[in-house]
Amino acid sequence: MYKDILQSIDGIEFYAIGAMVLFILFFIGMIIWVIRVDKNYIKRMSELPLKEDKPGKNGLMNFKNLQGGPNEL
Amino acid sequence: MELEKFSYDNEIVRKFAFATTLWGLVGMLVGILLAIQLFAPVFNFNIPFLTFGRIRPLHTNAVIFAFVGNAIFMGVYYSLQRLCKARMFSDLLSNIHFWGWQLIIVSAAITLPLGITTSKEYAELEWPIDIAIALVWVAFGINMFATIIKRREKHMYVAIWFYIATWITVTVLHIVNSIEIPVSFLKSYPIYAGVQDALVQWWYGHNAVAFFLTTPFLGLMYYFLPKAANRPVYSYKLSIVHFWTLVFIYIWAGPHHLLYSALPDWAQSLGTVFSIMLIAPSWGGMINGLLTLRGAWDRVRENPILKFMVVAVTAYGMATLEGPTLSLKNVNAIAHFTDWIIAHVHVGALGWNGFLTFGILYWLIPILWNTKLYSKKLANFHFWIGFLGIVFYALSMWFSGVTQSLMWKQFTTLGVLQYPNFLETVLQIVPMYIIRTIGGLLYYVGVLVMVYNLVKTVKQGSFVKEEQAEAPTLAKFKDPLRKGSYHRWLEGKPLTMLLAALVLILIGTFVEFVPTFLVKSNIPSISSVKPYSPLELQGRDIYIREACNSCHSQLVRPFRSETERYGEYSKAGEYVYDHPFLWGSKRTGPDLHRVGSKYPNLWHYLHMENPSSMSPGSLMPAYPWLLTNDLDISSTESKINVMKSIGVPYPDGYEKIANAELEKQAEKIAIDLQNSGVAAEPNKEIIALIAYLQRLGTDIKTNPDITGQAGN
Repeated sequence: MYKDILQSIDGIEFYAIGAMVLFILFFIGMIIWVIRVDKNYIKRMSELPLKEDKPGKNGLMNFKNLQGGPNEL
Repeated sequence: MELEKFSYDNEIVRKFAFATTLWGLVGMLVGILLAIQLFAPVFNFNIPFLTFGRIRPLHTNAVIFAFVGNAIFMGVYYSLQRLCKARMFSDLLSNIHFWGWQLIIVSAAITLPLGITTSKEYAELEWPIDIAIALVWVAFGINMFATIIKRREKHMYVAIWFYIATWITVTVLHIVNSIEIPVSFLKSYPIYAGVQDALVQWWYGHNAVAFFLTTPFLGLMYYFLPKAANRPVYSYKLSIVHFWTLVFIYIWAGPHHLLYSALPDWAQSLGTVFSIMLIAPSWGGMINGLLTLRGAWDRVRENPILKFMVVAVTAYGMATLEGPTLSLKNVNAIAHFTDWIIAHVHVGALGWNGFLTFGILYWLIPILWNTKLYSKKLANFHFWIGFLGIVFYALSMWFSGVTQSLMWKQFTTLGVLQYPNFLETVLQIVPMYIIRTIGGLLYYVGVLVMVYNLVKTVKQGSFVKEEQAEAPTLAKFKDPLRKGSYHRWLEGKPLTMLLAALVLILIGTFVEFVPTFLVKSNIPSISSVKPYSPLELQGRDIYIREACNSCHSQLVRPFRSETERYGEYSKAGEYVYDHPFLWGSKRTGPDLHRVGSKYPNLWHYLHMENPSSMSPGSLMPAYPWLLTNDLDISSTESKINVMKSIGVPYPDGYEKIANAELEKQAEKIAIDLQNSGVAAEPNKEIIALIAYLQRLGTDIKTNPDITGQAGN
C-alpha cells in the first residue's frame, strides 16, 4: 500500500528521503553544537532567570530586588 | 555603563492570574458535574443546556483554554519582560489580548451549552469565534515579538524559544483545522470529510496538547522552577536538545489517536513510531527539571511551591511515558475508547498543568503584592489533598478503563461474547465513576483552599503595579562572550528562530498530509455510499448539537470482539460525505456506526424520550425535547449548497427540492411511528434524528461489494 502511494506522486522518493536526511543532519548538527559550545556561554544563559533579582556577575543587571521567593515562605 | 530606567507591567500579570484562578474554578466545577452525571444522569436536571454532551466541551475548553491558557499568559507576561529586560511592547495590545481572550471564553461558555459546536474536540467553537481567536492570538504574537525585538538582553533564554514555538505552531494548527464554510452565522461545515477530517482533527488535537498544554508550560518550567529553587536549571545544554527534538518530533504523532481506524495503515504506523521517539525529549525535559533540585531536596520537604513543581514535572514524565505506551497498537487496542485515556489526560491536566500553575501562583502572588504567602500550612494542605485527588482520579480511571475493555473483548468458550449487552460493562464500572468523582472533589477542595490563601495574601500586601528596573540598552551592550557560533546567532534572532521552528513543524505536517490528501487510493470509494438525504443531514446536525459523539463512537475497529458486537468493521470509503467526521474518541455508550436498521423507529423514539425504558438501568440522559421541538428546515437549502460547494455530489438544483424530499421522508417515518402506536408528528426533531440513525452504516449493507477497503 505504502509503495502504491509513493509511486503515485512524482519524485516522492526525494520527499521521503529528503525529510529523513534533513532530520538526521539537523540532529547531528545540534548535538555537535551542544558538545562544542562555550561553557561560559552555557553558564551565563542558565543563570539568566536568576540574575534579574540581583546585580549580575558582569554588573549588567542592577535593579531592585523585590524578594527572593521561596526563602520568604 | 549607562543604564536605562524602565518598569515592568505587573498589572497584566495580575489580570491573567485572576483569570486563570476564576476559570480554573469554573472549568473544574463543570468537570465535577460531568463526573456525577456519568453515574447519575438525573443531575442534568432535564435541562438541555446541562446535558453531558453539551457541557463536556465546556469543561475541556474551560480547562484547556481558560484555566491553562490564562496561566500561560500570566507566566509569559511575567517572565518575558524580565528575560528581555524590557516592558511589554504595548500595554494596549496586552489589554486587547486579555479582554479579547476573556470574551472568547465567555462566548464559548454561552454557545457550547446552546449546542453550537463544530463537534471537533478542543476546536468546538464556531467560525466567528475562530476568527476572534485568530485576531487575539495575532495581537498576542505582535506584542510578544515586538517585546523580544526591543529587548535589552542579547540572548534569548530557552523559555522564550518555547514561547516562540508555541505561538507559531498554535497559529498553524488553528488556521488549518478551522477551515470551514459557513452555513449561517453560527453553523459551518469543515471542508475536509471523513478520514481526511479525522487526520486533520487529530493532527490538531494532539498538537494542541503538545503546543498549548506542553511547550508553553515547559517554557514556564524552565523559568519558574529555577526561580523557585533559586538555582539554575540542571543542564542548559539538555534544554536546547529538549527544545529542538520536541518541536521536531511532536507534530508527527497525531495519527496515534486513530490506530485501528479507517486511516491508512502507513499513517498510523508513522504516528506510533514518532510517539515512541517522543519519550526521549520528554524525559530529557523531566530529568532536567528534577535534577535542577539536585542537592536541594531537603528544601522540597519544607517548601510547598517546590512540592507542587516536583509533582508537576513528575506527572509530565509519567504522562509522556504513558502516551507513547498508549500509542503501541497492542496497548491501544485495549485502551482506546475507554477511561484509560481519561486517566491519561488527567494525569497531564491535574498533575502537570494544574500543579505547575498552583506552584507558580504561590510563588508569584506574594511577589506581585510584595508580601509573604498568608499560610504555608494551607498551601501544604492544598498540596496533599490535591495529590490525593489525582491518585484517586487516575487509579479509578485506569481500573475502570482496563476492566471495561476486557469485558468488551471477553468471549465464552462457545465463541460468543460473554457480555453482549454493552450496558452490563458500564454498570460494572459505576463504583469507579464514584471514586473518580471523590478524587475530583478532593482536588477541588484543594483549589478552594488555595483561592482562600491567595485572597488572604493579596489582602495583606500592596500591589506593585509598576516594578522599576534598569538595564543597559542592547546597542550599548557588549557581549562578554565574544566567540560566535551558529546557534548563538540563531537564538539572537527571534524571527529566524520562528522560521526554524515553523519549518520543523511543517516537515512532519506535509509528510502526513500530502499523501492522504493527494492520493485517491488512500480513500477508496465505495459505489453504494451516497450523500445523506436532507432529512438525514438535518438529523446529523442534531446529533452534532447534542454532541452524541462525546459518548458514542462511529468507528468499528477490525477486531472480532467488535465485529461480533457491532457488525462489519468501518471502511474509509464510508465516510467520504461526512463533513465533519464523527468517529468520537470515547465509548461511554456503544458504537453507533452500524446502528442503522438495527432497531425499529419506535425503539429510537422511546429510547430518546427515556433511555431506561428500552435499556433498563441505562445511564444515558433523556432527550425529551427532541420529541417536541420543531425541526428548523429553513436552513436545508443553504446546507445543501455548502455541501455541494465542498464536493458532495448532490444533483443540480437539488437544494430547491430538498425540503420537499425532506418532508416526504419525514412523513414516512412519522406514519411508521403512528402505526406503532405513538402520536409522532413529522415536523419534529426526533424524526430527523431517527432518519440519520437508521441510515448510519447501512450503505454497505445494501451492496455487498465492499472490496474497496482502506489500504491495510
